[in-house]
Amino acid sequence: MQQYIMRRILLAIPTLIGVSILIFLVMRVLPGDPLQAMVDDESGPTSYTEEQKEVILTSLGLNRPLYQQYLSWMLDIARGDLGFSFWRDTPIRETIQRRGPITAEIGIFAVIISWVVGLPVGVIGALWRNSFTDYVSRFTVTFFLAAPSFWLGLGFILITVIFFTWRPPITLVQIWEDPWRNLQMTLPPAIAVGLGMAAIIARMSRATLLEVFREDYVRTARAKGMGEQMVVWRHVMRNALLPVITVSGLQLANLLGGSVAVEKAFSVPGLGAALAQAMSDRDWMVIQNLVLLFAVIFVVINLIVDLAYALIDPRIRFR
Amino acid sequence: MESNNTYIPGESRELTRISVVSAIYTAIRRFTATSPIGALAVAFLILVVLVAALADFVAPYPPLEANYSLLRHPPSASHPMGNDFLGRDVLTRLMYGARTSLLVAFAAVAIGKSIGFSWGIVSGYMGGRFDLITQRIVEILLAFPGIILALMLLVALGSGVVTVIIAISIGGIAGSTRVIRSVVLSVKEMPYVDAARAIGATHIRVMLLHVAPQCIAPAMVVASASLGGAIFAEAALSFLGLGVPPPSPSWGNMLNSASNEFLNPLWWMVVFPGMAITFTILAFNLFGDALRDHLDPKLRGGLD
Repeated sequence: MQQYIMRRILLAIPTLIGVSILIFLVMRVLPGDPLQAMVDDESGPTSYTEEQKEVILTSLGLNRPLYQQYLSWMLDIARGDLGFSFWRDTPIRETIQRRGPITAEIGIFAVIISWVVGLPVGVIGALWRNSFTDYVSRFTVTFFLAAPSFWLGLGFILITVIFFTWRPPITLVQIWEDPWRNLQMTLPPAIAVGLGMAAIIARMSRATLLEVFREDYVRTARAKGMGEQMVVWRHVMRNALLPVITVSGLQLANLLGGSVAVEKAFSVPGLGAALAQAMSDRDWMVIQNLVLLFAVIFVVINLIVDLAYALIDPRIRFR
Repeated sequence: MESNNTYIPGESRELTRISVVSAIYTAIRRFTATSPIGALAVAFLILVVLVAALADFVAPYPPLEANYSLLRHPPSASHPMGNDFLGRDVLTRLMYGARTSLLVAFAAVAIGKSIGFSWGIVSGYMGGRFDLITQRIVEILLAFPGIILALMLLVALGSGVVTVIIAISIGGIAGSTRVIRSVVLSVKEMPYVDAARAIGATHIRVMLLHVAPQCIAPAMVVASASLGGAIFAEAALSFLGLGVPPPSPSWGNMLNSASNEFLNPLWWMVVFPGMAITFTILAFNLFGDALRDHLDPKLRGGLD
């Protein structure tokens, strides 16, 4: 097992190095080099003379050869220095520390909501297969699988504004400063994201439960006279929920990508919104570092899911 | 000509045409019979495609025509889905938006999946060092969550219909490569592949004529399933203001302009484009599920 963990961790490192190289290349080499475009853009926030451009490029170290630029970026990250936003002069590290907890909160609440809502729906669907309840829940699940979470978010705001003349607060409050205001800000997006994830959990758990119900060991358990309750809890659930847990973990990782649009829909000041803002401002250092951060978190969560799965299910380890 | 098999020009072609038509007809009938929901989804998608293609004729107003007497006007008899912040007819823009969104989705899936599938076939079939190296690249591409890779590419390439197509298709390459590669890994162990090699077929011939056909069914399943994803991606990218730029309408940028009406949201600008997106994704998902059940009963599951 230890060997397996070590191997998986070691395999993740070259992937992350590759990711950083890809990000760097996309940001520098593609035709619309963001920095060049940002400096050249006449309609942008500021326009520069040739000399000013030179000064800026030199001060940012962008006149050096590409490999030097890449290495110094990596060295800065290793030292924990993530640089500054080009327009705002705020350290990117501070942005991450302030906004990261908001996005993390939304993600964690969304996963909780997805299990609380999705699992019962899936279990009921599997136990009462082809009943009216099953049909209704399947229809709802199919709808929420398709509905984009940022659209659900817009709908949520629409309803609260029209009927309650209330909308979620948009100024950043941490949960330890003012829990009530913070929850007002993070719970609505968590619901919008959580419902889509709940649909996946419901669909997945229904499918795996039905599959496990057909297994021989379930028949054996019933044949030896075990009560249905015991069969469901001891034999079916334990085996059926493994893949659902995996999917849920992958969902949590994928949520980072979705957070960009959802946070914009709610105007929540999380990391996703910071990335969206940086992208429309072409704030290249912020984009570069946030995308890398997202990819690192994504890879790490995937790794943890894999390892947890191997821990629970011994069959994986010996492959 | 002494042969008895007198060749009458046109006849055999005629026969083939009839048999092709009837084969298609039987296939459609069988599909409708086994999965009525899938057929319903296809009917809806055909409707959307028709509306998109014929937007010039069916749309009640020109898509860019502003009407300053009807700014932010709620749905009325002459404008059943209301007017936006420039007084443009929302229904009209929805129809033209279908054109953009579908074009982006189909083009992105066609490009991304053909690259992904060819890559998967070559990688799986060749194995060895080529496979090892290219699979590391796939892993790198898969390390970006959701639409982040497409977003970053759009920042670099600039927004526009063509760049959105490129960004979404690149985002979709890695996943499909994986699926097809795993199919090829099992197919290439089949005896008939050895047999083909034994009678002297080249690797390229074996890949094209013996391995690739086995990948058509899974490839169609993957492609149909990713059409919904591509619609979503376009919507999300344009919603973020980085995708299809205004004034030309797409479902995503219509939601973007709806969300800019910050303090007093116009419900008709949120509800109708969102419904169009959701139901189109829904239809693609249902069609994908039906197709999967139809082509590969082993994979049955999901909505069943």
